[in-house]
Amino acid sequence: MKKLLIALMTTTAALSLAATAEAADKLKACWVYVGPIGDFGYSYQHDQGRLEAQKALGDKIETAYLENVSEGPDAERAFERLAREGCKIIFGTSFGFMDAEVKVAKKFPKVMFEHATGFKTGDNLGVYNARFYEGRYVLGQIAAKESKSGVAGYIVSFPIPEVVMGINSFMLGAQSINPNFKAKIVWVNSWFDPGKEADAAKALFDQGADIIVQHTDSTAALQVAEERKLHGFGQSSDMIKFAPNAQLTSLTDEWGPYYISRIQAALDGTWKPDNVWLGIKDGAVKLAPYTNMPDDVKAMAEATEKKIAGGWNPFTGPVAKQDGTPWLKDGEVADDGTLLGMNFYVKGIDDKLPQ
Amino acid sequence: MDITVNILLTIATAATPLLIAAIGELVVERSGVLNLGVEGMMIMGAVGGFGAGYLTGSPWIGLIAAIVIGALFSLLFAIMTLSLATNQVATGLSLTLLGLGLSGMMGTSFVGLPGERLPNLNIPGLSSIPIVGKLLFGQDPIFYISIALTIAVTWFLFRTRTGLTLRSIGDSHTSAHALGIKVIRYRYLAVLFGGACAGLAGGHLSLVYTPQWVENMSAGRGWIALALVVFASWRPWRVLAGAYIFGAVWIGQLHAQAFGIPVPSQLLSSLPYLATVVVLVLISRNKRLTMMNTPASLGQPFVPDR
Amino acid sequence: MMRLELVKRPQRSLLFSMLSPFIAFGLTIIAGAIMFALLGVNPLNAFRIYFIEPISQVWQLHELAIKAAPLILIAVGLSVCYKANIWNIGAEGQFILGGIVGSIIPVMFPQFEGPLVLPLMLLLGMVGGAAYAAIPALLKTRFSTNEILTSLMLVYVAQLFLDWMVRGPWRDPQGHGFPQTIQFGDSAVLPQLMPDAGRANLGFVFALVAAVAVWLLMSRMLKGFEVRVLGSSPRAGRFAGFGPNRMVFFAFTLSGALAGLAGISEVSGTIGQLQPVISPGYGFTAIIVAFLGRLNPLGIIAAGLVLALTYLGGEAVQTALGISDKVARVFQGMLLFFVLGCDTLIHYRIRLVGLAAQKPETTAKLDAAAKLGEAR
Repeated sequence: MKKLLIALMTTTAALSLAATAEAADKLKACWVYVGPIGDFGYSYQHDQGRLEAQKALGDKIETAYLENVSEGPDAERAFERLAREGCKIIFGTSFGFMDAEVKVAKKFPKVMFEHATGFKTGDNLGVYNARFYEGRYVLGQIAAKESKSGVAGYIVSFPIPEVVMGINSFMLGAQSINPNFKAKIVWVNSWFDPGKEADAAKALFDQGADIIVQHTDSTAALQVAEERKLHGFGQSSDMIKFAPNAQLTSLTDEWGPYYISRIQAALDGTWKPDNVWLGIKDGAVKLAPYTNMPDDVKAMAEATEKKIAGGWNPFTGPVAKQDGTPWLKDGEVADDGTLLGMNFYVKGIDDKLPQ
Repeated sequence: MDITVNILLTIATAATPLLIAAIGELVVERSGVLNLGVEGMMIMGAVGGFGAGYLTGSPWIGLIAAIVIGALFSLLFAIMTLSLATNQVATGLSLTLLGLGLSGMMGTSFVGLPGERLPNLNIPGLSSIPIVGKLLFGQDPIFYISIALTIAVTWFLFRTRTGLTLRSIGDSHTSAHALGIKVIRYRYLAVLFGGACAGLAGGHLSLVYTPQWVENMSAGRGWIALALVVFASWRPWRVLAGAYIFGAVWIGQLHAQAFGIPVPSQLLSSLPYLATVVVLVLISRNKRLTMMNTPASLGQPFVPDR
Repeated sequence: MMRLELVKRPQRSLLFSMLSPFIAFGLTIIAGAIMFALLGVNPLNAFRIYFIEPISQVWQLHELAIKAAPLILIAVGLSVCYKANIWNIGAEGQFILGGIVGSIIPVMFPQFEGPLVLPLMLLLGMVGGAAYAAIPALLKTRFSTNEILTSLMLVYVAQLFLDWMVRGPWRDPQGHGFPQTIQFGDSAVLPQLMPDAGRANLGFVFALVAAVAVWLLMSRMLKGFEVRVLGSSPRAGRFAGFGPNRMVFFAFTLSGALAGLAGISEVSGTIGQLQPVISPGYGFTAIIVAFLGRLNPLGIIAAGLVLALTYLGGEAVQTALGISDKVARVFQGMLLFFVLGCDTLIHYRIRLVGLAAQKPETTAKLDAAAKLGEAR
């Protein structure tokens, strides 16, 4: 131990000098994640996007990230640290980072900021989001075709617009095939608790659901489906390895292309704050290969995917709210503002939305 | 009928890790030591079990690894509290902290890999008997271990001489020492047993419950196991009952939701914790009962004077 | 086979009570160096980034104060509990309740402004934390229910209650449906100390004041004596006429009030609104801080700063070297282990006993220090 210590001491001076000298001309791109990158879900997918960008842009950039940053005071420090450490473009990946990022962006006008899923922009702050609901419409159609009982089990985390939007879109998709389709909904109050998600899946199957949908991150629910020889959909990443016979498809987040394009813009000096909501057509929302289903269902799913990529919005009227009051007239398309603040169910959902 | 069987099976799976970890902690506390590091040992067992299972391809080796790692990790606690007489509460808490941190670091490369699941028991003929077949003969191996452990620990504590000695140490380490009993040695073994059980419980999480590794996958189950021990007033069979009641409340609230009962989900989610508080109050109201069972020297450091 | 044997010192060793924190820190550094080496980074560089860099810039010093303030406030209250042998480990819940109750004015009566708002908020925060802490105290005194478990269970309940509040009744109607309350008005925000230099706010001052006040209470007043007597020997305390039940309430409500104050200071000073999660586990980390500071309020100030540094350092090595954020937790765990272990040296001499032959007394002390390092 003593030897080690001495060896360490002799190298001190050299290292403290060398540490800061390298990589001055590379563009530094940085990320702030809300969860651990080991969640194999939301934060994991963002980090995959970072790795893709690093791979695509090679030695023109260097990247850094902070994981597990809680929303609140820690977030502000995280952004400030990255800005001070020479990051030129910073991606904040969680809604809860919004106010922290707005504050820090004002303080560092020369740094480019991007915030996922928020709605506040600034001179050097852009926002980006993905239309996951587009994919959920396809899931709904597949579920209605594949379900024998006509009931899906839906495991959800928290009643935020993003999640409510997803449930509605899924149901609209399902109802387009089977008007009497039902979904049983269980809120687990967590993005990530594999045990609880597995228990929820079992409870839903026990109550007659034969297809499981989730808006939580772990693979647990699909593994239960695999065990019970039933079906389900993956979330965030392709989970086929976990459920080779159960996964119908998986709704995956692909941030890589977007990150590459934005960092490239920063390299070219053409970056401007933007407000984008990417969907299937941009490649940000992807459906993993369709498996474990007959060819006609697969063809239908692919057709719907194509239709949405062509610009059709699943929230196209006529749509009524849960209590029967009309919401969208025939042919009317929901505007993005309503979707982003969605706090009501569409007709045909049995659950009561937690308020 | 099928749904009842399925619900019972689900409850058994939810209760098993709680039961195993709590039985281990019960023995530890009966010896007069309070180890708050259950959560940390459990998560180490989970990562170790998953890792060994994945690397060797055998969930059985994973199971053994989980037990060994849990025990080794508890050795740290034993050295600190027993040999160095440190504060047990603080040491237990730092064990949890260390476990959560270390497991996260060790498990980085296991994220996103499908694990090996321990196969369920399948006895031709017996397992396919309607209703009871699945419940009695078709569950995962750790379920049977948990029941066997409960029986064995009851027998050990109340039917053997060594068990009696262990309990006497928990009640008064000074008198036990005066009688020439090797207090520290007994406690070392008790803590190691507790660690092995917590590790096994963690192994259940990553090898049966949800065969995968993710950070913090124990999600507070170690703490619930600790509560169960007190809940059960340090009696093995009551630990078993407690674990299953807890599992039933847990699964019940999910079923209530799926059934469409409009109660705020936060309230439902907090039910298990509130229930624990209520039961703690109920059992501790009965002074005689608590006094009889509580290890009197629980949590107090012991240093033999010579 | 070797085993350790503790020999009680006739009186506590002054030498080791001075040295032990340094030995512990040194051992942590050595263990940390091994860990960094195993992770494939140069330990010296890592240490420079971990421990030196975060305190070499003014804005980071402010961040250090922000991070340390709630830890110190909570830990100071807990130290009184633990000295009295009362085990409140639910400070996290009391922190949250303090945040919720303290936010009643800015959330429900945002039109009410002026200099009175902030003092009222802080007061309500303390009341909220104290009231929530009174539950395990009541259960302990009335039904002798184990306070470790009840206070812990109430943490989960508090977290879910906050979650429900910000998603339900208190949700900002203009917030696009997101789970958060309205932003607090200007008069409900805790002022910053030096707004030009960094973000540190009055909360840090509260922490220092609370630490000094509790230090005076514990060392100079009868109440402090009462706490210590009841803590070390309840029987002796009863003979002296001290009421153990009153002490349970005193310790719980005091620590609850301080945790509540920390909660509302955090919400008002650094977050500016309520959201589903307002604490990254401060209530639990504070337990470590209390023990690192050896349950001495002044020691806790130092311990709070050191622990805050482990967080900042954890972030620094993450961005600079790409090391997992779990490093911070491991460091905290190790540090506490070593401190607890070294403190044994204050009261005991450690002898290493071989089963074959006993070692002479003189070398035992040195061995003990070495053994501590190897033991983990």
